[in-house]
Parts: sequence; structure tokens; C-alpha cells
Amino acid sequence: MQAIIKGLVYVLGDDVDTDQIIPAQHLVLSLSDPKSRKRYGGLALSGVPTKQAGLPRGGIGFADPITNQSPYSIIVAGRNFGCGSSREHAPVALSEAGIFAVVACSYARIFYRNAVDGGYFPPFEIDQPIWREFCTGDEVEIDTLTNQLLHKKNKVRFTLKSLGAAGDIVRAGGIFAYARSQGMI
Amino acid sequence: MAGMTITEKILANHAGRKRVEAGEQIWIDADVLMTHDVCGPGTFAIFQKEFGQSARVWNPEKIIIIPDHFIYTQDAQARENVNTLDRFATQQKIRHYHKQGAGRDHGVCHIILASEGHNRPGSVLFGTDSHTCTAGAFGMFATGIGNTDAAFVMGTGKLWVKVPETIRLVFKGNLPNYLMAKDLILEVLGRIGVDGASYMAMEFSGPVVEALSMPERMTLCNMAIEAGGKTGIVKPDDVTKKFLQSDSDDSYEWLHTDPDAAVAKEIIFDTGRVEPKVALPHSPGHVKSVTEVIGRPIDCCYIGSCTGGKTEDFLRAARLLKGRTVKITTNIVPATQSVADDLHRMKIDDQTIADIFLSAGAQIGPPSCAACLGGPPDTFGRLEGRQTCISTTNRNFPGRMGSPDSSVVLASPLTVAATAIAGHLQDPRNYME
Ligand code: SF4
Repeated sequence: MQAIIKGLVYVLGDDVDTDQIIPAQHLVLSLSDPKSRKRYGGLALSGVPTKQAGLPRGGIGFADPITNQSPYSIIVAGRNFGCGSSREHAPVALSEAGIFAVVACSYARIFYRNAVDGGYFPPFEIDQPIWREFCTGDEVEIDTLTNQLLHKKNKVRFTLKSLGAAGDIVRAGGIFAYARSQGMI
Repeated sequence: MAGMTITEKILANHAGRKRVEAGEQIWIDADVLMTHDVCGPGTFAIFQKEFGQSARVWNPEKIIIIPDHFIYTQDAQARENVNTLDRFATQQKIRHYHKQGAGRDHGVCHIILASEGHNRPGSVLFGTDSHTCTAGAFGMFATGIGNTDAAFVMGTGKLWVKVPETIRLVFKGNLPNYLMAKDLILEVLGRIGVDGASYMAMEFSGPVVEALSMPERMTLCNMAIEAGGKTGIVKPDDVTKKFLQSDSDDSYEWLHTDPDAAVAKEIIFDTGRVEPKVALPHSPGHVKSVTEVIGRPIDCCYIGSCTGGKTEDFLRAARLLKGRTVKITTNIVPATQSVADDLHRMKIDDQTIADIFLSAGAQIGPPSCAACLGGPPDTFGRLEGRQTCISTTNRNFPGRMGSPDSSVVLASPLTVAATAIAGHLQDPRNYME
């Protein structure tokens, strides 16, 4: 996790489930084979209904299925992000597409743990539904040391909840890397 | 200083601390790690990748392996998964490996944990299954985790957790004989929704809960996850002691929530006013009173799973079915072998429960998760085509019990039995004196 995470934001609403993040039919792709793992990036968020894809306008694709990359680095979403089946492929897909942080009002617990313990990206929380104040494509900047999220054009700052110990784990690159760095294993 | 909840006390004990606050992230020691045939192989693979091919688990006495999901099938992948469990259990000298045919009880993991004495008041259980929260009925902290976390616990016996806030659900009033714990938890889901308890510990309390049996308390805690809860929990008491047949085990901790502990929310239910409930397709939060949906067409009935496949569930259903016949296909799946044995042993008047079901025209399958999660095509009770099933299970997402076009209505064993007799959705009160 970098100290400053910046880039374009992709905006989603409430209850984005893991089937929207990575539709079940793609789960046959191996996570351990580096090439097919990259493919997950191109398929990330391909299950989001068109109207909700890239709010407020909608109809905005997230990732390029050819390059497997997304032009967006940060997701801002509503409540219960990552609900549904607890598949670990969901944070992998977002991370492979080039996501460096997600900011949501709340997460499904297992999705949150998978993002942290896999070292994929920090899952920031904020109580207010700030996703309504962003447009897909807006430039944002997160200072992960002070937990400030800056909306560049509007010059508005939001204070995210501290990641606490989860932040140390993401920073270390996941739960195993963290435990090694602490001499736990 | 304000008091603590039972959950905070258990977590503090396992973090080596006097006190923890909701929202804190802490490292705790696990007492037990449970895994099964679906998540075990993936967990072992991560364990071996991270700790080495010949690494030993942290404590072979504290890892419990229970094949239960796909164990009565010819499906090649399912069989290979069980073979992987076999190899791992042998290699790691896992004593608590509950495989069928090995001369010990087998079946749905959450019920085996309870019946085989693995659930201990005051302890911490992690399991690779979202319904691990069932064990909270024993006054312990029990929660589901993913494969990566499970592999970590397997190697270290530790895991970080966020101390959950507590939502207290208080049940008062009398509990009419037509209501079961399943109706109460559906009532909760209808009230707070499928994310109404996100991250929270759901503490079930009040005189009605204190009067519930352990199996019924397990049903309440089982569906905590359906409200987004991290766990369900019930204060351990004399009912718990009696079930455990001992209060002398010195590893038990009889903890309770202090009267002045801070809780995020408290909701009081008057059970005398609750009606039998169902959750219509396709969400456990789509809750209606049965009276609103009487007559709705139903194709088949299913009584089973970690939610509604315990001896008491069958006993209640059998009382209704005795001397009657079912109008639609009715599948009975005891959660475990010992529940299956109970059906053949326990009698109402002089008829065994099994005989009551069979005489009514129902079919009994072998103990496992069976069609609760769909499963391979040869799974007992699996839904086909556009069937709608009324079921005592816990989830009714599209296709959950088999065919992607099938639908599931969730209900109590009594409501399922009444529907079996009527051939359409029916209120159990219509068949009770
Ligand atoms: S019975 Fe159903 S809900 Fe329970 S563990 Fe098995 S598949 Fe899961």
C-alpha cells in the first residue's frame, strides 16, 4: 500500500455482490497460473448491471478485456460491498485490474478479510454515502497516513475511518507476509 | 468503567487482555479450527504453500475435519476432495476426523461439532463455513472464515479479528406451540434485513431464549450470518450444562454480558404476537407471515440441514405428520448419523419417527448437507427444472438447492410439514389442536 494512492475513481452503489465483481462462470480460470490470473483483471466488475456500471451516468465499462487493465485505480461504493459468496477471486480480480483502494460505507465481512489478508488493497470505510458526490472518472487522492480522501476538482476532503491493524497487514502484503515480518511465523 | 458483553469477554480472554472495545482489531488464540470437504483441500494447499510441504499443523488435537457437503455422490471431484481430507488427516495425525464409516458420528459439520462435544462455552471456534456461527448457541465465539485465514490458523493457532459491536435481540412473552426458533429468526430477518447486523454479534436473550432447548438455540444462531452478523451468541446456562452433561470441564467459561455493557442496538420481540414465518424466493430477508401466503403453489418439501435437520426438528414435524399423508414429494435428511439413529429409535406413541415419515409417504436420505446447497446431479432431494421447494434450510438464493431455475421458500419444520400435508403453502395451526 502506497502512502498516497491517486487516480481516477469508479463509482458504484449499494450491495455490489461478488457475482457482479466476478461472475461465477469465470471461476474455472486458475488463480495460481499467472496468465489466467491476469485474465481476472479484464473480467472484473463485468457482472455489474449496465445502468449501475460507473455511476451516476452508468453504462461505463470498468476494465479492458484485451489488456486486462482498468483506467480506474480507486472504487467508491455504498453499503455492503462484496456481499454474496465469499470467493477470494473477487479481490483478486479488482487488484489485477489495477485497483489500489476501495472506499465503501461497509463491506461484507469475508470480502473485507480477503482484501486485507491477501494484501490486495486497503478496504477503507466511511459512514456517509459519499459515493453520491463523485462521478466516475473524477480524480481523487487518498493519503493513507492521514486517512484523507481528496476530491481534486471540488477540493473537498473526506476523512476515512482508520484501517487499524488491518492497515499494517495490507501494507506488509497480506497476513502471511505480515506474520513473517513480525516474527510470528 | 462500563461493563463488557459476553463476546468482548471471550475475545479479551483469548487476546490475553483484561478488556477490549468494539471496533478494535486484536489478535486472538483459536481453540478449534473446523474445516470440511469443500474448503479443506483449498485450505491445505495454501497451508502447504506458505508453511512448506512437510509443515505440521499448529495442534492436531484442535483441528476438526468433517466431510459433510458432498459425501454420498459418485461425482469425481467430490470424491477426490474427500480423498484429500483422508491424506491430510493421516499425514497430520488429526484425531477428530469425522468421516462416515469410520465408526463415529458423521454428517453436517455444525451439528457434529455440537453432538461430539467440540463446542465449549467461552471458547473460540473458527470454521471454513459461513454457518460456523451456529456454535454461538453454546456461549462461545464462533465465526466463518475464508481459506487463506484458515490456512493461517492451521499453522499458527492465531487470527486477527475486529471486536464486533453487539445487537441484542430480546424475546419476551409466551412461545406458542406452533412457533419454532426458525420462525423467530425469520421474524428478526424480516425486521432488520439481510445486512441489519453487519459485522455485529447477535446476542439472543430474554426469557423465551432461556427456555429454548440447545438445538433451538442453534437454529437461532445458525442464521445470524443471514443478517450479516459475524456471529450469534446465547448466554450459557443450565440448559447448556445439561446438554454438555457436565459443568466440571475446567476449560468451560460461563460468561455473560454485564448489565451496563454498551450494545449498539436492542430490539424486543413479543413472541406471543409472532406468527409462523416464511422467507419467499430469493432472499432470506423476503419474510412474510404464513397467513399472507397460504395456498401458494409448492412442488416439494425438504426437512434437513444444519438449520432444520436436528432430532427436535423431525420430532416436531412428525407430530404433525403422524397418521396423515403427504400430497407432494417430501424429502427428509437427518443432519447426522446420530440424528438418523434417533429417527429409528424415538417413538411417538408406539410408532418410530422414521415410520411416521415413511407411512406418510416421505423419503429419508442419508445424513449430509444433501440438497441444501444443490450439489452434484445425484444428490438426494436436489431440485430440478422450475421446481419450488419449501425447506427448513437457511438460504434461498436463486438455484441454491439445485437447478438454476428452481426456487426455495424457507420455513420451520412445522410449516414445511403442514405444507406437505396440504400440497400447497399451509399454516401449521390448521393441523394442530
Ligand atoms: S447444511 Fe447447508 S447451510 Fe448447513 S453446512 Fe451444509 S450446505 Fe451449509
